[in-house]
Amino acid sequence: MTRFIVRRLIAMIGVMFVISLLTFLLFESIPNGDPARRLAGRLATANEIAFIRKEYGFDQPIYVQYARMMKNIFTGQVYSYYQGFNVVDEVKLGLPATLSLAIGAGIIWLFTSIVVGTLAAVKAGKNTDRLLTVLSMVGVSFPPFFLGAILIYYLGYKLNWFPLGGYVKLTSDPWQWFVHMVLPWFTLSVLFIGFYSRVLRSTILDTINEDYVRTARAKGLSENQTLRRHVLRNSLIPIITLFGLDFAQVIGGGAILTESIFNLHGIGQLAADAIGRLDITVILVVVLLTAFFVVALAAVVDILYAFLDPRIRIAV
Amino acid sequence: MSVEEPEQATAAREQAAPEQTAPAPEQKDGGALLDVEHLKMYFPIKSGVLIDRKIGNVHAVDDVSFELREGETLGIVGESGCGKTTLIRTLVRLLEPTAGEIRFRGSDITHADRKQLEPIRREMQMVFQDPQASLNPRKRVGQILATPLKIRGVPKEQIAQESRKLIDRVGLSPEHLNRFPHEFSGGQRQRIGIARALAVDPRLVLLDEPVSALDVSIQAQVINLLEELQDELGLSYVFVAHDLSVVRHVSDRIIVMYLGKIMEVSPGEELYHKPIHPYTTALLGAIPIPDPRENRERSRPIVGGEPPSPVRPPPGCRFHTRCPRATDICSRVEPQLTAYSGGHMAACHHPQNVTDDEIKASTRSADSPLSSGELAPGEEERQAA
Amino acid sequence: MSDPLLEVDDLRVQFHTEDGVVRAVDGVSFTVDQGEVVAIVGESGSGKTVTAMTLMGLTRGPNANFEGSAKFDGTDLVTAPEDELRQIRGAGIAMVFQDPMSSLDPVYKIGKQIVEQIRVHNKNISKAQAHDRAIELLERVGIPRATERVDAYPHEFSGGMRQRVMIAMALSNDPKLLIADEPTTALDVTIQAQILDEVRQLRRQQESGIILVTHDLGVVADIADRVVVMYAGRVVEQGTLDEIFYDPQHPYTWGLLGSITRVDRDRSQRLLAIPGMPPSLLRPPEGCHFRPRCPFAFEKCTEVPPLTARLPDTADHLDRCWLEVPQKRELRKRGDQIGLRTKETVIS
Repeated sequence: MTRFIVRRLIAMIGVMFVISLLTFLLFESIPNGDPARRLAGRLATANEIAFIRKEYGFDQPIYVQYARMMKNIFTGQVYSYYQGFNVVDEVKLGLPATLSLAIGAGIIWLFTSIVVGTLAAVKAGKNTDRLLTVLSMVGVSFPPFFLGAILIYYLGYKLNWFPLGGYVKLTSDPWQWFVHMVLPWFTLSVLFIGFYSRVLRSTILDTINEDYVRTARAKGLSENQTLRRHVLRNSLIPIITLFGLDFAQVIGGGAILTESIFNLHGIGQLAADAIGRLDITVILVVVLLTAFFVVALAAVVDILYAFLDPRIRIAV
Repeated sequence: MSVEEPEQATAAREQAAPEQTAPAPEQKDGGALLDVEHLKMYFPIKSGVLIDRKIGNVHAVDDVSFELREGETLGIVGESGCGKTTLIRTLVRLLEPTAGEIRFRGSDITHADRKQLEPIRREMQMVFQDPQASLNPRKRVGQILATPLKIRGVPKEQIAQESRKLIDRVGLSPEHLNRFPHEFSGGQRQRIGIARALAVDPRLVLLDEPVSALDVSIQAQVINLLEELQDELGLSYVFVAHDLSVVRHVSDRIIVMYLGKIMEVSPGEELYHKPIHPYTTALLGAIPIPDPRENRERSRPIVGGEPPSPVRPPPGCRFHTRCPRATDICSRVEPQLTAYSGGHMAACHHPQNVTDDEIKASTRSADSPLSSGELAPGEEERQAA
Repeated sequence: MSDPLLEVDDLRVQFHTEDGVVRAVDGVSFTVDQGEVVAIVGESGSGKTVTAMTLMGLTRGPNANFEGSAKFDGTDLVTAPEDELRQIRGAGIAMVFQDPMSSLDPVYKIGKQIVEQIRVHNKNISKAQAHDRAIELLERVGIPRATERVDAYPHEFSGGMRQRVMIAMALSNDPKLLIADEPTTALDVTIQAQILDEVRQLRRQQESGIILVTHDLGVVADIADRVVVMYAGRVVEQGTLDEIFYDPQHPYTWGLLGSITRVDRDRSQRLLAIPGMPPSLLRPPEGCHFRPRCPFAFEKCTEVPPLTARLPDTADHLDRCWLEVPQKRELRKRGDQIGLRTKETVIS
């Protein structure tokens, strides 16, 4: 276990280093990405730009700039080049909304896709399966901004059942929190349910042909018992990996579209705004955060894996 | 039969016993196609917090020496995990040996690199157990055969003709050249695998369980084909199998392996009439004969237990944990491969089916107990009797 | 004599596939008595495994079609409703499969898997009692340190040990009939000998009937009492062990016996291989299925020969071949002892 944790920590540092470096270099090289010009504003003179460039150290060698940026990020002293806010504080502010979205939607999409996927596999080839296949396809191909817009228009604006967007803190009003989160949860889940249920359906269909499932039937277990005890348990293992990584993505601000359309002011929305303005400091912090969650949850998934499948000993 | 070891002898032998295994005395008559000496293939097991350290080895092949003569079929038998497959994979240098030496026609290929191996691979081909897995499913049979033909240096315009010849030689017809491997049955696929091996015109073919995946009636067809090809083309075979009866049908000489070591080397027929090593006897006894009456008459002691782990092989003789004849010495002193008359060799302290004279006349390596003036193998048995 | 334990009568199994109808089992009849080992012998595609699976109801599905009957203990296994069959599966009839490496669920401890089978058929047994019984069963099939090993996972066992676990599991409800599908094929010879010995003891202690499905005639000679030879979905011959080995009536049986490599035979002669390949079950040849590979085929072979007793002295030695008995004996004598020669060498 020590070996596992040590190795994972090293891997995490490596991944975060590479990702931050790539992001940093990318923003250095894109046209119109010059931060000095952006900071100076549209009407700035060449002198002003040169002054800012010197002031912020943009004239220094690139590795010096990178090192300074990283130092700032990890001391929490990193500021947006455009709006001047402290990025780390801003991320902290956005985290509750993003976590609410991720955890709620995660639970919904995981459980719904297990039910849908199992049902589709059991009824494989029959009409129920066909209907579920079509629905999954619709779910996967519906872009969240479109589905979100439709939901807001009909259920929010027309019927007035739900608010039109925004985030209410769980601690200030749990009921309002819930009401505000329902549509975002749904919108985000639909995409994943479609995808996960397809994956689960095919894993179950593979597992059903395993020898040990035949053994279970030969023991006299009913179809239901066989399915629950032997097929599902073994089929869920690949789903867990997918879930860990996707969940990490969402926590790390990956649900950009959903957060933006429902105006949740989460990390995703922060990232979306920053990308629009090429605000490198914000983008870097969000990217690092995502990388952190992905690597950390991948480790959790591995531990869970070893628990679900005794054949796997925790390895790197 | 229980055998009591005289205490004195045990002590003496223990002292005399070498730490390391000794070379097998082999006659080197220059006609050897393949010469293997003290070959070891270990797979390291690694672990560590930051940097991997080696914490042990899988002793897949552990000090194996033998030679293969031109035109000969050498059978290698043993149960799963005995190292037979690793051994031939090392021989064709799909693996690089940990120690020892492999000489092909006198030239050392033990650590030869890809380039140096190229001409040797043209003379040395391998046929695998699972014809399904060893043929590229996206290539037609014609294409599968064309590549090795090109390597052999057959001009482009003759490749089609050569492929037809080959496919005909293995008992398939030219129209099969346009098909994909999945369109064939297991037996036919194995024929294609053989044709591919023959395409470079090799001298030596290493066969890794070539018929184990096939039905009995098809097995016979493939075995017969292999024998015809050998007669016709003067091939040498190394035939690896777990099935002693298949090996009997094809081999001139047979090596019996157990846990990475050679237990017995014998001229083909003799192994079945006069097995010297108790492990060979156990293997032979375990095979049911498809003849009910003979089967009932045969005495068949069942060997209990299972092969130990090759990571920590037992000290002394590797078979002593399961051997019905094992005594104290077997668990402490590793028996050396001893040459009896007629090229028959066995590594056992308590050989069977050999007379005292044969034991006395046997040739042992310089550092083995006999040459140190100690008891001959089987001596204590004679005394007990 | 009492009624047989199992009576299979003209069993037919067809699978509808995209390419057409596969006649996997096409007229199989045999019986199994108490305490008797019946071997079903054949090569891949002969229908031997489908026959065994059908008796367990494991081939049922929307694309499968069944005819004939298989009477066990007053129940017709072919037509019995699923619920009724489930009561029998794993209790009255138990099965051991070919590949012990994949036949146990990798995520459960073996004790739990045995307990599951005990409790699914007997709800009155407590978990603790079932656990004790599992240990007892593991000890009985020769697993050392059973009290410890009961809490191990399948991957911690070797192939031979896993097959012992499978046997222990099959025995957990004292079945009257045990079906073993190639139980030793995946194992090493020394381990095979141990497992076969286990099966032999079982039959002595348990008095249950055993169906052994195998392609290995050595194993058959070792433990079977009676033999059913299948080819391309049909029974071509059946009789006692000695009848099949010493007086085989069907050319396929001769061929099979002639083509096996034997550890007690030297290499002085080439093996007598049967030419050609088994037919496709989608489009089997008309009449006798062995006709295209049989060197003795004649006009009448385009009709399906019935499975009947053709020898005057034994009523239970049945075969499906149109050749006359004296003619067959003559052909066999002129050929090898029990081998098949080509047309040129024999009919000349």
